[in-house]
Amino acid sequence: MKKIPVILLMVSLFLVLSYYVVSMPSTSEVTSPSYNETVLYYIENAKEETGAKNIVAAILTDYRRFDTMVETIVLFTAIIAVVSVLKIDPGEKEEDHG
Amino acid sequence: MDDKLLKTITRLVIPFIEVYGIFIILNGHLSPGGGFSGGALLGTSLILYTLVFGVKKSEKKFSPRVSVILESGGVLLIIGVGIFGMIMTGFFLSNKAAGFNIGEFGSLFSGGFIPLLMIAIGLKVASTFITLFHSVIEEDYHESV
Repeated sequence: MKKIPVILLMVSLFLVLSYYVVSMPSTSEVTSPSYNETVLYYIENAKEETGAKNIVAAILTDYRRFDTMVETIVLFTAIIAVVSVLKIDPGEKEEDHG
Repeated sequence: MDDKLLKTITRLVIPFIEVYGIFIILNGHLSPGGGFSGGALLGTSLILYTLVFGVKKSEKKFSPRVSVILESGGVLLIIGVGIFGMIMTGFFLSNKAAGFNIGEFGSLFSGGFIPLLMIAIGLKVASTFITLFHSVIEEDYHESV
């Protein structure tokens, strides 16, 4: 008996989600909101402003340079966390067993 | 592992993987690829070496001291380039305005600081790969002894 309200709730949530998925704009159209003036700006100005032939590299390391910098800092923090958990200090290990 | 075939082929293949990784990093601003993918290639070649020859031999080639230098050096190089731009123009990480050589379009020395940042990211990613792998493998190694 408890299952029926749960199933009803899930079905209604599914219907709401499907409605919004269907009404989302298609990405293959020119009028899609993801093709805004930022994209045009990158395509038109990347050559003069950065001089890089690969526009992906120009966007990644020039226009979104802070994202890339903090990404490397995230890698740095992750590796510090992993090493501090996994690295075994030989002296410490003897104390554990002694 | 004590397989002669595996060891010989690994010795033959690793230089090609590493040269290709360095090519991908240095041509990051000209062709598809860049710091992340080239660094992954470099890191994978070292992982292959560790798998075939063991942790002890691999740590002679790529010691923890080198990994510490590369880990912090990658981040510090990016921040150093940023501070250089701040001194020159007043904006952190400014490229063309800070006087970095834009160069001829499509040549190897073009794109201002983009190749520098690609090298920093590549070294960082390669060293992250190999440090992560070594610290996971080492635990097994110590427990089995």
